[in-house]
Amino acid sequence: MSDEDEIILSELDDEELVSQMFDDLYDGLKEEIEEGVNILLARGWIPYDVLTKALVGGMTIVGADFRDGILFVPEVLLAANAMKGGMFILKPLLAETGAPRVGKMVIGTVKGDIHDIGKNLVGMMMEGAGFEVVDLGINNAVEAYLAAMEEEGPDILGMSALLTTTMPYMKVVIDTMIEKGIRDDYVVLVGGAPLNEEFGKAIGADAYCRDAAVAVETAKEFMDRKHNQMLA
Amino acid sequence: MTNILIKLLEEKGALLADGATGTNLFNMGLMSGDAPEMWNTDEPEKIRKLYRGAVDSGSDIFLTNSFGANASRLRLHGAEKRAHELSRVSAEIARDIADQAGRKVIVAGSVGPTGEIMEPVGELTHALAVEMFHETADGLKAGGADIAWVETISAPEEYRAAAEGFALAGIDWVGTMSFDTAGRTMMGMTSANMVKMVDDITNTPLAFGANCGTGSSDLLRTILGFAAQGSTVPIVAKGNAGIPKYVEGHIHYDGTPELMADYAVMARACGAKIIGGCCGTMPEHLRAMREALDTRTMTQSPSLEEITAKLGAFTSATDGTGDNEPGPRRTRRSRQKDS
Repeated sequence: MSDEDEIILSELDDEELVSQMFDDLYDGLKEEIEEGVNILLARGWIPYDVLTKALVGGMTIVGADFRDGILFVPEVLLAANAMKGGMFILKPLLAETGAPRVGKMVIGTVKGDIHDIGKNLVGMMMEGAGFEVVDLGINNAVEAYLAAMEEEGPDILGMSALLTTTMPYMKVVIDTMIEKGIRDDYVVLVGGAPLNEEFGKAIGADAYCRDAAVAVETAKEFMDRKHNQMLA
Repeated sequence: MTNILIKLLEEKGALLADGATGTNLFNMGLMSGDAPEMWNTDEPEKIRKLYRGAVDSGSDIFLTNSFGANASRLRLHGAEKRAHELSRVSAEIARDIADQAGRKVIVAGSVGPTGEIMEPVGELTHALAVEMFHETADGLKAGGADIAWVETISAPEEYRAAAEGFALAGIDWVGTMSFDTAGRTMMGMTSANMVKMVDDITNTPLAFGANCGTGSSDLLRTILGFAAQGSTVPIVAKGNAGIPKYVEGHIHYDGTPELMADYAVMARACGAKIIGGCCGTMPEHLRAMREALDTRTMTQSPSLEEITAKLGAFTSATDGTGDNEPGPRRTRRSRQKDS
């Protein structure tokens, strides 16, 4: 590469910078993303716009290419890590400025399942889409989900399982929610390699999400519906 | 010294491996969330029954109940210190069953992934991964396993770490990966690239291949992808018995014994030398596969159309090895990192 190719972020205008940040997110360049966020803030952008226009915009491209089998887990993890760098700067500022909330999700791998790669990806992509994510980690019994829903008041509950031996536990959680009369207070999304749409329906989830990108799209749809209902 | 697996392969031409472990144990009452490996010491009779199911159905090779017997996975159950012991006991029981078979049956010590993402993307170091695989392989060897058999791997780094761990343990090995994401492994590895990796590893496996993933048709496309590279290392095909469905509180795989019989002979025609099932593959499936392999004649390698006509549609349009791949990666303006 010649010196001519070097890009100085601070010399780009807003539009070019945002487009460069899309590229840098795609390539998982954390330091460049942090620099880009700081430049936009210094130029007077409100934190919510930096989040939605630069970071979420870039992660949407990553998500689409992941969904389409162009990017795979390692690239997505690097992109999410770069995004996280930007979010770390924005998070306190978003709270201070009372930015609108996209939505909140409690997510965890069900009891007995220690496979958290998929769940982590969903969490990162949801954060990448501007959602607030409460990660319960692995191996969650129904009590842990219930307690988190009570304490955190999320819009969405996400459950993940990689094993055929653990996926039936999702139904235990949903059945308990029905018993307690709280099932309809939350959108329940499920995912994991051995699952499919039919399974999601059979256990009473709102949707099965094939991958992290689809999870984000589905979550956004449900949030839109919720907002429309509140307006109606 | 020629390994027993290679000898048996030379004798028989193609070998039948076993079917599911989890699905079988689940049907015996394993509860959602329990570690199957605990049954090696807590419910040894059930493990004997599991092994016997494969041996009595005609399997030439069966895998031990030690898929999750590594320190990283056992940590969840507070049993990270039992990796060696649970691996050893799983192999001891298997050795006993194999020796009673009245014919040559190979005990393959199952080794599953650590469940963690390795450096540089993740946090698991190469050294620690090697150490965990070494520990599990040591236990399997002490229990009398003929070979180590690592399966369901998605990251090339982890496959290489396993190879190193097995070299340290001094045990021959077989290694398969799972191709479940648009025809590639979760980490993006194609069938063609796996062959390149296998050929590059110093501690060459006795056989390599694919297990689990999605449906059996996808798995055969992966096998064709291996065969196209022309590697001399024997190929393993261990596909799921259809797709999991939720029926009255438990998981049922929709692949019939007849379908798995078709799958087995097609896998052989695709170039696989060791053929078995994975999730959902029960003794009745194995018996049908055994019969099909023994009675049906070898055919030419099937086309992709023939595979889907018999076994069902692929879950993704391509598998990353052809020319008509989904659009090129976004091109970005070149840029030099600030130094």
